[in-house]
Amino acid sequence: MNILHFVNAFFSDSARWHGYDGIPTRVAEHIEYSLLALVIAAAIGLPVGLVTGHTGRGGNALAFIATAARALPSFGLLVLLFVLMGLGMLPVMIPLVVLAVPPILVTTYEAVRSVDPSPVDAARGMGMPESRVLLQVELPEALPLILGGLRSAAIQIVSTATIAAYVSFGGLGRYIVDGLYQRDYEKVVGGATLTALLALLTLAVFWAVSRVAVSPGVRRSA
Amino acid sequence: MDSVTKRYPDGTVAVDRLSLEIPDRTITVLVGPSGCGKTTTLRMINRMVEPSEGTILVDGVDVQKQPVNTLRRSMGYVIQNAGLFQHRTIADNIATVPRLLGWSKQKARARAEELMERVGLDSSLAKRYPYQLSGGQQQRVGVARALAADPPVLLMDEPFSAVDPVVRKGLQEELLRIQGELGKTIIFVTHDIDEAIRLGTKVAVMRTGGRLAQFAEPAELLSAPADAFVEDFLGEGRGVRRLSFFPSEGLDLLTEPVVADGATAEQTAAAREASGAPYLLVTDGEGKPLGWSEPGSLPGGSPEELLPYGRPFVAGQDSLRVALDCAVLSPTGWAVAVDGTGRVVGVVSQETIGEAIRGAHAAGRKADGAGRKADVAG
Repeated sequence: MNILHFVNAFFSDSARWHGYDGIPTRVAEHIEYSLLALVIAAAIGLPVGLVTGHTGRGGNALAFIATAARALPSFGLLVLLFVLMGLGMLPVMIPLVVLAVPPILVTTYEAVRSVDPSPVDAARGMGMPESRVLLQVELPEALPLILGGLRSAAIQIVSTATIAAYVSFGGLGRYIVDGLYQRDYEKVVGGATLTALLALLTLAVFWAVSRVAVSPGVRRSA
Repeated sequence: MDSVTKRYPDGTVAVDRLSLEIPDRTITVLVGPSGCGKTTTLRMINRMVEPSEGTILVDGVDVQKQPVNTLRRSMGYVIQNAGLFQHRTIADNIATVPRLLGWSKQKARARAEELMERVGLDSSLAKRYPYQLSGGQQQRVGVARALAADPPVLLMDEPFSAVDPVVRKGLQEELLRIQGELGKTIIFVTHDIDEAIRLGTKVAVMRTGGRLAQFAEPAELLSAPADAFVEDFLGEGRGVRRLSFFPSEGLDLLTEPVVADGATAEQTAAAREASGAPYLLVTDGEGKPLGWSEPGSLPGGSPEELLPYGRPFVAGQDSLRVALDCAVLSPTGWAVAVDGTGRVVGVVSQETIGEAIRGAHAAGRKADGAGRKADVAG
């Protein structure tokens, strides 16, 4: 018995392809959790990173918070929150968001900081308001790096979202948790493979987004 | 600009009680060693730096009394390395200020195309991105972008210092041409005294500590530096460089020592006798120079027998400095004067140029003296 055999057995079982525990349902759930966590993390990390990067203030505080957040174990946090808050989506989302905010925040901050100062100076000197300097000069030039931060956050979320299954939510973690419990290794391997594939898909999506969103004038440096 | 001072919170004084009256529709150059406050001075005009004391008036209006972005949009701003937006095409870069002022897309685009032509950029570059352009082209885009909304004032902060000397010379000539066509008031910062002298209608030399050392026309700067600092800053060759301001127009050109290729022995002998010059310049059928014929030898021989004529100068258009340079470079000590099409109009010796220089100096002194007398009388 090798892993490939497990993979083959898992995916060729037609019963796996439908029902509430079927692959499409679990993948959809997994994407749903991941997307929600990424949107929340981006909603926190992007504006804070952009503004601190633009003003250049608060960099030390940011680095401190980011390092501290990175040191938090996602699984431990989940269990703690579950005990404190009971069953719910919030105890699942918080560890994922805590996991994803630091890379988004730090790379956004660094990306805006590292934008060539001369176009920024030129923009100001031509009478561009600060908000436009940020959104029309710094953001487009920093976009490749910012997308890089979002991408690594997204991949971490996708791989970590499996922990939702420990607190009786769905997603691909379901296969891993249930499989371990039932000693059904075919299921464990199948769940892990799907998670890995989803992470690769995330990479592909980000590649496509950067092709569309990043100006060709900036892309060469990305 | 009236006794403007910029003092930083740490006590450093970047600009110290500077007063300047910048004439309209000319190029005023601020020049000085690094740290003399020239860039700070420039940046106070569009309030990129706020002065600590003093007032800056543009057309009689205090810059402090205008909304900062309105003020900045009314002045073109060109910086070192151009500072182009990498994510925007060349046309969009140029259209920045018009778009900020609320022009329509079509109007801004049409304006961008017009400006690309004006600064000597091919219209096929409009859809390119800045990284696809050379440094010199990028700087042209920078100038076009600054001119886009047709501002009366142009602020230029060391715009040409990052390009190589050949490209820089081209850009300087282009700037003088644009200035001649559009009549903008240009304030230009540089650390290169030669650039200052070439471009400036008036030059303000600043010294470390943000103080004005001298504010004068380039010719005056070269002939009468205010003090040892200015003299030192002007560097070597002050006298020769000053010749750039004397035209070659009045030079006494000789036409006798010029013979056409294939001239007969009699003609040559006559030319030698008439001119009394040791060398004869041989020209081709179109009157373009071929080379110098040595004493005793006949023209009409192979071109290899002729001495090279070096570089000719354009009579009336080039300065005495160029004429002298040509004479010094020439193996015969004589310079060849040509017209705009490259045809020989005459030859002139170093001695004759030397006399012209002495004459020009004398005329300059007389004019100076007259000016001083007028001042006293007034």
